[in-house]
Amino acid sequence: MQPISKHTGLVMPLDRVNVDTDQMVPKQFLKALTRQGFGRNLFYDWRYLSGEAPNPDFVLNFPRYRGASVLLARANFGCGSSREHAPWAILDYGFRVIIAPSFADIFYNNCFKNGILPITLPDAQVDELFRRAEANVGYQLTADLPNQTVSDTQGLKFHFDIDDFRKTVLLEGLDDIGLSLKHEPEITSYEQRHQPKATLYEAVDSKQ
Amino acid sequence: MYDKIWESHVVREVPGEPSLIYIDRHLVHEGTSPQAFAGIEAAGRKVRRPDLTFAVMDHSVPTKNRELPIVDDNARLQFEALARNCKKHGVRLFDMFSRNQGIVHIIGPELGITQPGLTIVCGDSHTSTHGAFGALAFGIGTSEVEHVLATQCLLQDRSKTLLVKFNGRRPKGVSSKDLILTLIGKIGISGGTGHVIEYAGEAISRLSMDARMTICNMTIEGGARAGMVAPDQTTFEYMEGRPFVPRGSEFKAAVDQWMKLPSDAGAKFDKTIELDATKIAPQVTWGTNPGMVTSVTDRVPDPNSFRDPDEQKAAVRALEYMALRPGTPITDIPVDRVFIGSCTNSRLEDLRAVARVVRGKHVARTLKAALVVPGSRVVKAKAEAEGLDSILREAGFEWRDAGCSMCIGMNEDVLPPGERSASTSNRNFEGRQGKGSRTHLVSPIMAAAAALAGHFVDVRDLGVDVTE
Repeated sequence: MQPISKHTGLVMPLDRVNVDTDQMVPKQFLKALTRQGFGRNLFYDWRYLSGEAPNPDFVLNFPRYRGASVLLARANFGCGSSREHAPWAILDYGFRVIIAPSFADIFYNNCFKNGILPITLPDAQVDELFRRAEANVGYQLTADLPNQTVSDTQGLKFHFDIDDFRKTVLLEGLDDIGLSLKHEPEITSYEQRHQPKATLYEAVDSKQ
Repeated sequence: MYDKIWESHVVREVPGEPSLIYIDRHLVHEGTSPQAFAGIEAAGRKVRRPDLTFAVMDHSVPTKNRELPIVDDNARLQFEALARNCKKHGVRLFDMFSRNQGIVHIIGPELGITQPGLTIVCGDSHTSTHGAFGALAFGIGTSEVEHVLATQCLLQDRSKTLLVKFNGRRPKGVSSKDLILTLIGKIGISGGTGHVIEYAGEAISRLSMDARMTICNMTIEGGARAGMVAPDQTTFEYMEGRPFVPRGSEFKAAVDQWMKLPSDAGAKFDKTIELDATKIAPQVTWGTNPGMVTSVTDRVPDPNSFRDPDEQKAAVRALEYMALRPGTPITDIPVDRVFIGSCTNSRLEDLRAVARVVRGKHVARTLKAALVVPGSRVVKAKAEAEGLDSILREAGFEWRDAGCSMCIGMNEDVLPPGERSASTSNRNFEGRQGKGSRTHLVSPIMAAAAALAGHFVDVRDLGVDVTE
């Protein structure tokens, strides 16, 4: 996972509440075997007209937001399906930072597994960022993870909260499976104490 | 109850870090697992507990003739990958030809893999279903699937707790689907974020296990990752004799343990919500998320009636997508297709209830299709043994093989653009059942009633048997 510390990038405002992960990656793209190449399918149904012609009315296709890497969103971003294809698509498209008033739980978790920084800010601050992003062509924001701030070049600076452990994971690009495996003795000890098992008492029709 | 299960599964707890929690059951399906298996292999890791891992093919399986070759190459490759991964790592697999195959959240409970007090995860948000047994069950992403494969543990922060009480008895014709849709309509689709919900109250304790599963299944649609119901006699009776459930004196010992799980009297919750079940009517969603819902006796709302400007905008957009005008009576909305299935409502009781409504009648001529997709092949076989398939076929329904089907439309069961469904599934998001499709979520008996009438109708007005 690519670490993230300080990121400056063009802001794309997506002015919709409750954007669910079905919209980020529709079901037909879930039949994949790898994590790569989802960027071209990000927001597929909103982004393309028939024949995959770009929908000129969808913000992602506005020329002014080409190359955006900071996604400005509304409340409950990432609700619905647990599909990690959603953050894979967001990252593959080029976004590294998402700013919203709130995120859905599973999506929020998934961001940290993929080196995406999800920043939660109060509604009023997000409103202000929407105003600035829409009013200024080329509007950029800098997300500074070590200092937990979001700032622009016009003097705006907001502080954000983030869990210390998650912060470290992103800053160092940690593989949390590797971290957990360091506690293998504790896992083994738990298993010895609790003896977790799944015993079959009657034949079932399965392959093993 | 949540705290009890949490505390008995802590492997490691250190202040300032998420806890390492042991996972008793890991359910796997073809859609969200290939990258996880690839990940552990790339890192040279093993599946730590293949004996606690259970795999099934459900999301993309055909529901027509399974003996024919899979025409969708991508789906076929995923099935092959799952079979290969399970074989390589010694994971038990219910493939699409297994007599026990079905939707992951249907077969877990059906086989007794799901048990009270366990921690259960799956790369699928509707894993919340298993909480109906008093288990802590929630959906995870593919990276977490990989984490569980490798460690049999998950890094988790403790959730807040929310007690939802449905007081009184639900009226006749009102099903568990209507209870949960009412809750989501009230708290909104993010109302439960950060919480684990415990459902209680007379209307809940009177529910069968099938109905409790419907409630817990849709918990995620209210933003909460897990929903639970305290195990009781109804739970134990359901459990007894299932393939993975202990027998004889071992079963009695297990029940003794399970009886310790319910929350103690006076247990503290971070938040409590009470609803009057006696006042709930059958529900129909009108918009593009499960919180956009109203009673069948009501009308499509006016976006201006919402206070929050974001919600107003969302409602305008939803009505445009759904091609609905504010003020339209719900019962005036016509339906093109009816889908009875999904991990929310495809268990035997659901099919029985539908059969009682449509017995001796026929679906409306205007209907393009009506599908019944049993949640599992066991449900299908039992339904056939009871003759439900004949009743449904005679009424004009197609009787299919088990899988996720039109809930997600990953196989060929897709709702065409612009068409409107009455669906017993869990999500009415834009494009969920097919690009441009328009989904209305309802209970099984409400879907059956809509199939007969060709438009939504209050099932209580049909003069049919609405007992469940």
